[in-house]
Amino acid sequence: MMKWYQAIIFSCALFASNAFAAGSGDVVLKHKDWSFNGPFGTLDKAAMQRGFQAYREICASCHSLDYIAFRNLSDLGYSAAEIKAFAAEYDVEDGPNDEGEMFIRPGIAADRFPSPYQNDAAARAGNNGAYPPDLSLITKARAKGPDYLYSLLTSYKDAPEDKEVPDGMYYNAAYPGHLIAMPQPIYGEDVIYADGAPSDVSAIASDLVYFLTWTAEPSLEKRKRTGVKVLIFLLFMVGMSYGAMKFIWADVKKA
Amino acid sequence: MSADKFSNPVVRWVDHRLPIFTFMDHELNEYPTPKNLNYFWNFGSLAGISLVIMIVTGIVLAMSYTPHVDYAFQSVERIMRDVNHGWLIRYIHMNGASFFFIVVFIHIFRGLYYGSYKAPRELLWILGVLILLLMMATAFMGYVLPWGQMSFWGATVITNLFSAIPLVGDSIVTLLWGGFSVDNPTLNRFFALHYLMPFLIVGVVILHLVALHRFGSNNPIGIDPSGPQDTVPFHPYYTIKDFFGLSIFLSLFAATIFFFPNFMGHPDNYIPANPMQTPAHIVPEWYFLPFYAILRAVPDKLGGVLAMFGAIAVLFILPWLDRSPIRSGNFRPIFRIFFWVFVADCIALGYLGGMPAEGIYVVLSRVATAWYFLHFLAILPLLSVIETPRPLPQSLSKSVLGGTALAGAASAVKEKV
Repeated sequence: MMKWYQAIIFSCALFASNAFAAGSGDVVLKHKDWSFNGPFGTLDKAAMQRGFQAYREICASCHSLDYIAFRNLSDLGYSAAEIKAFAAEYDVEDGPNDEGEMFIRPGIAADRFPSPYQNDAAARAGNNGAYPPDLSLITKARAKGPDYLYSLLTSYKDAPEDKEVPDGMYYNAAYPGHLIAMPQPIYGEDVIYADGAPSDVSAIASDLVYFLTWTAEPSLEKRKRTGVKVLIFLLFMVGMSYGAMKFIWADVKKA
Repeated sequence: MSADKFSNPVVRWVDHRLPIFTFMDHELNEYPTPKNLNYFWNFGSLAGISLVIMIVTGIVLAMSYTPHVDYAFQSVERIMRDVNHGWLIRYIHMNGASFFFIVVFIHIFRGLYYGSYKAPRELLWILGVLILLLMMATAFMGYVLPWGQMSFWGATVITNLFSAIPLVGDSIVTLLWGGFSVDNPTLNRFFALHYLMPFLIVGVVILHLVALHRFGSNNPIGIDPSGPQDTVPFHPYYTIKDFFGLSIFLSLFAATIFFFPNFMGHPDNYIPANPMQTPAHIVPEWYFLPFYAILRAVPDKLGGVLAMFGAIAVLFILPWLDRSPIRSGNFRPIFRIFFWVFVADCIALGYLGGMPAEGIYVVLSRVATAWYFLHFLAILPLLSVIETPRPLPQSLSKSVLGGTALAGAASAVKEKV
C-alpha cells in the first residue's frame, strides 16, 4: 500500500497554514483552562448564573444581547417562574394595539433582551462615537474569544510613559493597538453574588466569560455530548469496515 | 444484454424496457477495476459523497435562511439557536465545504502524481478541472450568504477583481453586484446562483463518470490492465474499500464538526457585515489562499487576475504540457522530486495567502508563484524530453519491479466471482 497517511499529513499542513493565518496580533493573551474546553467540556451553571448577574449589573447599561431571549435562561438552570420574574423587570415596547398605538408592557419569557439604546446612532452618541458591540456572539467573533475576553477585562493598566492616551481612550494591554474606548468596567467587588463567590476582577471576568460563551453558542454542551456518541459509533464503523475489507480482499492479496 | 441474470420478474420486466438494472450491474457491480489501487483512489468517491452531503444540508438550510441584508445574519443565528438541530446542519455545511476541498485537492494531487491526466483520459481530467472551477465559484458565493464581515469584504474584494478586465470590466462588476456596490441585489443573486451551481456540478460529475468508465481507473503502476487477471469487479472489492475510506473520512469530519466547528472559519464572520468598517486583514477561506497569494504576488491588478485564473487555466492544458508517455511518478525519478517540490510550493502559497501582503511575504509569494507556473510550463515539458524512466513492469500482476509486489491472484479472484 502506498503511503495513505500522507493524505492526512497533507491536510494537517493545510489546517496549520490556516491556523497561522487566523492567529495574529501584538498582544499575549492570558490562557485559562475553561471547563468548556476539550471534547468532554461542559458549561459551569453556577459560573454562568454569576456571569448573567454581572452582565446585568455591569455590561447591560451599554452592551445589548440581541440573540438571547429570556426563555433561553432555562439553560442556566433557572425555573420558569424565575425567568418570568427576570423578564418582568424589563419594559418592552409592543404594538400597535387595536387603536394603532404602540405601548409599553412588562417583558415576557419569549422577549429578547431589550437593547440599552434605541439605535446604533444613539449608542455611538452616548459613547464618544464608539459603538459598544452586541455581546451575544462576542466570544466567537474574536480570535481565541474566551481567553481574549478574559484578558481584555483584566488588562486595564496605566499606560507606559511613551504611549500617549487621548481623551476618552483608555490603555489596555490585551486590546489590539492598546487604546480602547471602553473605560475599565470591573474594579472588583462591583457585584455581590448571592452564592457568596469571590468578586475580585478576575473572578467576575471569568464568570462573564462563562456566561458569554453560552450566549455565543447555547448548543455547545449538546454539540460536544452528541459528538462523543457519534465518534464512538464511527470508530466502531471504522473497525467493522476494516475487518470486512480484509476479509473480502483476503483471496486477492494471497500469493 | 440478457435480462435473465435478474431473478425477480418485476426487475426483469422493467429491465427489458428500461435497462437501468443492466446499466447499474455493469457500471457498479461487475465494472472491472485494477486490483492494485491504493488508498489515494478513495478520494473520488469521497468527493462524490461530499457533494451529496453539501446538497442535502444546503437544501435544508435554505428552508430557514433569508437572503436579505437586514435579515441574513439573524436568520443564520436563528438556525444556530432556534431551529431543531440547526446548529448541526449548519456546522456540517460550513465544514463540509472545507472537507470537500481537502478531498478534491488530494484527488487532484493524486492525478498529478500518477499521470491520470494522460491519454486516453485527457477529457476526464479537463472535466475534473471544470468541476474545481465550479466548486470555487459555488464556495465563494456560499461564503457571502451569512453576511458577516468577511462575507461582505471578501465579496467586495473578489468581485472588484473583474473591474481589471479592459473595456467591459466595470460593466461586469455592475452586473455581478446588481447595482453600484455589494448590497441586497448582490446577496440575492449570489443565493440564487449558490443554489443553482451544485446541480451544474452534478451534471459535470456525471460526465466525469462517463469518461472514467470509458477506460476505467488509472492505477499506481500506470500501465493498462492486460486482462481479467489484473482486475477485480468493483463490487464487493472497491465498494467495501470505499466504505472503509468513508468511515475514516466521516470520523475526521465529525470530530471537526462536533469539537472544533469554527477552526477553519474566521472569527470576523460572526460580526454582522458593516460596509462602513473594513476588517484589518481581509482573508478568503483557506482553500482559496494559494490562489489569493498568486493574485497578490503580481504588482499589476489585471496581471494578478490573469495569473490567478491562469493558475487554473494551466491545469486544462496539462495533458499537452507533460508529454512523457510514462503515467506513474513511481517510474519517473526526477519528476517525482519535482512533484513533491510542487506540493510544498502549493502549501507555501496557501500559507503566504493568509499573511499580510508586506515585506518578506511579498517576495516569497512572487518566488512561489513563479515556481508554480515554472513547474507546469517549463519543468514538465522539459522532463518529458530529458528524463530516463525506470523500466515498467510487464503487467499489473507481475509488477515486481516497482516494489509494489502484487502476486497474481487471478485464479482465486475467478473462484470468488
